[in-house]
Amino acid sequence: MLKLNVNGRVREADVEPEMPLLWVLRDHLNLTGAKYGCGIGVCGACTVLVDGAAVRACAVTAAEAAGKRIVTIEGLSEKGLHRVQQAWIEHEVPQCGYCQTGMILSAVALLEKKPKPTDADIDAAMTNLCRCGTYGRVRAAIHALAAQKA
Amino acid sequence: MSTKLSRRDFLKVSAAVGGGLALEFSFPWLARAAAVRATEVNAWIVIHADDRVVIRIARSEMGQGTFTALAQLVAEELDCDWARVSAEFASPNEHIRRNRVWGSMSTGGSMGVRSSQDYVRRAGAAARELLVAAAAARWQVPAAECAADKGVVTHKPSGRTLRYGELAAAAAKLAPPKEVKLREPKDWKIAGKPLHRLDIPDKVLGKPVFGVDVALPGLLHASIAQCPVFGGSVKQVDAAEALKLRGVKKIVRVKDFVAVVADSWWRADEALKKLKVEWDEAGHGGVDSAAIAAMLREGLAAADLPQARNLGDTPATLAGAAKVIEAEYASPYLNHATLEPQTCTAWFKSGGTLEVWTSTQDGEASLRMAAETAGLPPEKVEVHKMMLGGGFGRRGAPQDFVRQGVLIAKALPGVPVKLMWSREEDMQHGFYRPASIVRMKAGLDAKGNLVAIHTKIACPSILKMLMPHALGGNAIDFTAVRFFSDLCYAVPNQRVEYAMRNGHVPVGFWRAPGQQNGFYRECFIDELAHAAGRDPVDYRLAMLPAGDKNRLVLEAVAKAANWGSLLPAGVHRGVAVADGFGSYTAMVAEVSVNAEGALKVHRIVVAIDSGHVVNPDTCAAQAESNVIYGLGSILYQENTVKNGRIAETNFRNFRLPQIAEMPKVETVLVPTGGFWGGHGEPAILPLAPAVCNALFAATGKRIRTLPLKHHDLRKA
Ligand code: FES
Ligand code: FES
Repeated sequence: MLKLNVNGRVREADVEPEMPLLWVLRDHLNLTGAKYGCGIGVCGACTVLVDGAAVRACAVTAAEAAGKRIVTIEGLSEKGLHRVQQAWIEHEVPQCGYCQTGMILSAVALLEKKPKPTDADIDAAMTNLCRCGTYGRVRAAIHALAAQKA
Repeated sequence: MSTKLSRRDFLKVSAAVGGGLALEFSFPWLARAAAVRATEVNAWIVIHADDRVVIRIARSEMGQGTFTALAQLVAEELDCDWARVSAEFASPNEHIRRNRVWGSMSTGGSMGVRSSQDYVRRAGAAARELLVAAAAARWQVPAAECAADKGVVTHKPSGRTLRYGELAAAAAKLAPPKEVKLREPKDWKIAGKPLHRLDIPDKVLGKPVFGVDVALPGLLHASIAQCPVFGGSVKQVDAAEALKLRGVKKIVRVKDFVAVVADSWWRADEALKKLKVEWDEAGHGGVDSAAIAAMLREGLAAADLPQARNLGDTPATLAGAAKVIEAEYASPYLNHATLEPQTCTAWFKSGGTLEVWTSTQDGEASLRMAAETAGLPPEKVEVHKMMLGGGFGRRGAPQDFVRQGVLIAKALPGVPVKLMWSREEDMQHGFYRPASIVRMKAGLDAKGNLVAIHTKIACPSILKMLMPHALGGNAIDFTAVRFFSDLCYAVPNQRVEYAMRNGHVPVGFWRAPGQQNGFYRECFIDELAHAAGRDPVDYRLAMLPAGDKNRLVLEAVAKAANWGSLLPAGVHRGVAVADGFGSYTAMVAEVSVNAEGALKVHRIVVAIDSGHVVNPDTCAAQAESNVIYGLGSILYQENTVKNGRIAETNFRNFRLPQIAEMPKVETVLVPTGGFWGGHGEPAILPLAPAVCNALFAATGKRIRTLPLKHHDLRKA
């Protein structure tokens, strides 16, 4: 049994150590907020937080994730909406929404590290792919969050 | 067991997101989940005793906002309280059993709102009249003395009120009015406003709303391999290695695919990679992109091609023209590449029924495909429509994923199985935007005016592939010739010829089908304006009569973009116009090219006349969406054919633009009323030509083929 610390709880999964974290989350722990888009670490649809950093869950094995603090979209906020989610609603960011859980977690990690990111910081950190074209609103929402009083 | 979520919980979730749970009419096993006091006032509207209003949506939601826009239109006429409105998908099973009460479920061609606005508004208005009549009857007063607003009926003389929740049950028993009067758009209070989309909160919370998120007790997962060469089939499978892997439950072999079913998708996919499959390539294994280009060129050279348009005397006018200009343009195949891969969950139940969950652009087509594949009458099948992780035309007419999902689940009766394609499978088994080659020949008079244009188009037919009944015996597929066969410019002599050359690569409705022609036409017009020494906006205006809506949007965009004004050093403009999908669109692109030859699109200004606007924010979002979707195809994307198969496999060799590449998009909505146009596709039409025309202004280089990655854009 592999033990994982997910959303503040210890979760057990009977999986092989080389199974990518994404599939442990989706198919064994029923946390489907992280999405499969490419399986090769490019698209970022599978983004989760691992020890506070935005990580592509398809490119991390279950064994590598063990012992680390994993946060998925389901555990981002204990009560109600996280302020990034709130901003996402205010700015009507999502279209189909498929990339957005990953997008939101990348933004959370970015703002944690750089509360007032520049456009260049956003370009460098927000490498998630969106097929629908929400990039302009992602940028606007992040800038609006940076402008909020802490 | 792969899930901790109980069936009850899943049903609750799927009810909340509109997984097709209708109340009283559901399948008996579903009805239990919805034990709330609610009344169906008519097929579109359910009102709860506590005044919550549930509006049923027949079309699909793939990010384009139809789910909300249609609810706005119903709520507008219903005069309910928008804060109490939610929406759910109408059940395809119900739809079949109730004589197709929700009209069309098909969601494509930017038709969602425009082709159902009339009947959904009527449904809202009819329900309002019933609620008012029910109140009047209870008070025993004339209905004319009563008025509805925000979910409350008021008897004006006495000031008495009744809430919709108190009236719904009585209203549902009354005969619906024969005639209703629809509100004038200028008086709209709910429609026409930039209201928040109803589907967004669940999406930012990561709720299981998509097809790939379906969770059911005992759910198994499937990964699929189809013959990499289109049209091929399975010859032999050696599953010995695969069957040894952990979690593998079954190998399903069908004529044209093999699938592995396991207790997690990753285990299924790992085992799939271990299968040794021998394919029969149906003789297509030698086809490559060069062979397809040769096929199209043969078409262009053929004599006596069918004509899609013939006005005046084009050959004679060309022969006598002061100047003749010719150009050849081409486009590659393109995959939709929805970020959510194709998926379908199917479950054959013990009572002889089948349930299907899928991300579909047409719930009814999914149901019919499922029923036909299963060999069941449609009444025995339910399809739960899930939110789509992108559609763009991929998930409508072809229901290949439903057929496969049902065939796989059929091998495991009683067990729900979720099929999801790998990205590689999705990239190599699309229904691609057709590759095409087009030759245009234009005659200018002494003043440079366009007096004749002869266009030859060689392009596979989407209708032939997906809707042969719509093509009939016709030699012309309108999606292959549009923008020429219905040219908006006043040109006295026009001839359009079409060479249908199909090949073995499946083609389909890629966002704004036929849009390649917009690229060819509007770039060619730019070539003509340049040859005539005229400004590209003026040149077009001169061919658009006063009052023409193409003219209005062109004027609007030129004004908004300040056409002709000075730009920062190195930045250049291009313009294009296109009408399609019911709307009129014009665009100005501002671009620069750096010393390394890299293109940067700084700003896009787009003017759209869709007649009416139901949600201006969603319309702007669709323009932004079209810009980035189109930009990927301008910069990087193509699907090439090698050894009979698509060479690109994933986002490494089919690149999507990133956030840094997103231009500033300014959407100018100029609805002129009197008609209903779409928004899901129009803004992509002028994009490639506006950008490439700006590139010409920047570099002096004419781009006649895309993507740009094959062009050296450095200054000569
Ligand atoms: S699925 Fe992990 S990066 Fe695409
Ligand atoms: S919102 Fe659809 S992929 Fe980003």
